[in-house]
Amino acid sequence: MSAEAIDQIFITLKHAILGWLAPYLPDWLMPIVSAVLSITPILMVFPLVFALTTVVERKVLGRIQNRPGPNRVGIPLTNIRLAGFGQFIADGIKALIKEDVVPRNADKVVHFLAPIALVIPVLLAYSVLPIGKNMTALDLDSGVLFFFAVGSATELSVFMAGWSSRNKYALLGAMRAIAQMVSYELPLVLSTVGVIMMTGTLSTAKIVDAQAGGFWHWHAATPWGFAAFFLFLIAATAEANRTPFDLPEAESEIIAGYFTEYSGFKFALFFLGEYLGLFAMSGLGITLFLGGWHAPLPALEVVPSWIWFFLKLGVFILFFIWLRGTFPRLRMDQLMNLAWKFMVPLTLITIVAAGVWRFMDPGATRCLTVTAMIVVPYLLLSNALYTARGVGKRTYRYAE
Amino acid sequence: MQDILFYLFAALTLLCGFLVVANPFSRNPVTSAMFLVLTIVSMAGLFVLLHAFFLAAVQILVYAGAVMVLFLFVIMLLDLKEEQRRRYKLYGAVLGLASVAGLGWLLVKTLWQSGVGAGLQPGYVGDTKSLGMALFSRGEFLLPFEIVSLLLLVAMVGVILLSKKDLK
Repeated sequence: MSAEAIDQIFITLKHAILGWLAPYLPDWLMPIVSAVLSITPILMVFPLVFALTTVVERKVLGRIQNRPGPNRVGIPLTNIRLAGFGQFIADGIKALIKEDVVPRNADKVVHFLAPIALVIPVLLAYSVLPIGKNMTALDLDSGVLFFFAVGSATELSVFMAGWSSRNKYALLGAMRAIAQMVSYELPLVLSTVGVIMMTGTLSTAKIVDAQAGGFWHWHAATPWGFAAFFLFLIAATAEANRTPFDLPEAESEIIAGYFTEYSGFKFALFFLGEYLGLFAMSGLGITLFLGGWHAPLPALEVVPSWIWFFLKLGVFILFFIWLRGTFPRLRMDQLMNLAWKFMVPLTLITIVAAGVWRFMDPGATRCLTVTAMIVVPYLLLSNALYTARGVGKRTYRYAE
Repeated sequence: MQDILFYLFAALTLLCGFLVVANPFSRNPVTSAMFLVLTIVSMAGLFVLLHAFFLAAVQILVYAGAVMVLFLFVIMLLDLKEEQRRRYKLYGAVLGLASVAGLGWLLVKTLWQSGVGAGLQPGYVGDTKSLGMALFSRGEFLLPFEIVSLLLLVAMVGVILLSKKDLK
């Protein structure tokens, strides 16, 4: 089989199944069957990635902290160990058979709906991600906007969970989470505006097409794109509540934050939704800045496009685990200052820089101008942030 | 299929909208706010049926995401018990009915003038490009758009001024 055929194997398979079913099914059912065939792989692959990530994360964190991490559990009821990669099966079984405790005073309906309201929008976000060549489940004209729209629905779920639990820690966690998500959504959306301006489209598939032909065509390879990519990465970390932005679920302060009162499978759903949100955000970062499913070198295009997507996703996941193992948690005021006094101004500057990049002639002058346009404000802003009250060196006050 | 979805979303919008203002089971403001979210989402569904994907996405992003979260934040800080104890007042009911009647009359009049059954010709296709063209071309909506942006900026500056405790 040629490389092209292997690349398109899933699309060929889908059309083959549709062609095989066509004589037996009524016409109005065919679009639904086609949609189900597109959705099912997403629903199967990404939860599997989540399951593997839970094990990989614990193993990598273990290595960072000089301990082995989970290395015992293999396939249940056999002697196969798989170096501990059976851990997620055991965890899943445990979550399923645990008792589901609901507080007596809780608002039962809202408490029940909160994890569902988290997982469904997160899964919807995958519909616009181009996972491979011709492999976008829903190529919307306003795909990027759709992604952010469904992403913003997770804030509601966090509120529902925190408010319905009737637990002060849950409520505190929800308030922290919403304040953080609202603040960081702004730089997150603004950092993507440069890319949308340059490609002139909101469709994720067309944005990927605009970055074909090697890594020097990727948006992250331009000065403004590089800056925007890093701002996107920071905002995405905060949006996904990952360390160093894990204040909403800071276990040393407020138990587990908004899902304190959740147990059993509902807790697992929160866990799943959080990680799926992280993967979706990484997928969007890959799509917007790192060439989507394109290979870094034209010669490497023989490797199927979906393999490139998942390789890049794997790098993102390892990066986030590395961050978690390295950084301490921010303080609330540091978190807010970083968002409003540093990231929002800098993302606005990258948008202007992208505009300058668009209208100057290619060459060293353009490169230097745009780089200076970003580096000078970066230095000024970071200096202001560091010397600002309450952000720099910690001061301690003692009782007299 | 489209018709079924239209009736489904329309019924959902009306039902949830009703439950926002007059929920027989609970007078909790948070429940009302949740139903408002459902109303907004089903309205976004109606926009999708009209092929206005951009508008649907913005509807969810701005209203269901940002505005509702702020609503809920404010509700959370209020005293909910007092709100639940409050009874319906006569002048409130009269004023509410009067405004609903006025809006309803406007709606019927508009429908009547456009000719029932003829349907309106779509002025713009709902995709992002034509919307941007309409908003940013001179002679169309450029001036109103810029004025609205300025208004929002003024509001933002005003909020910052009001919420700052000590002005330097």
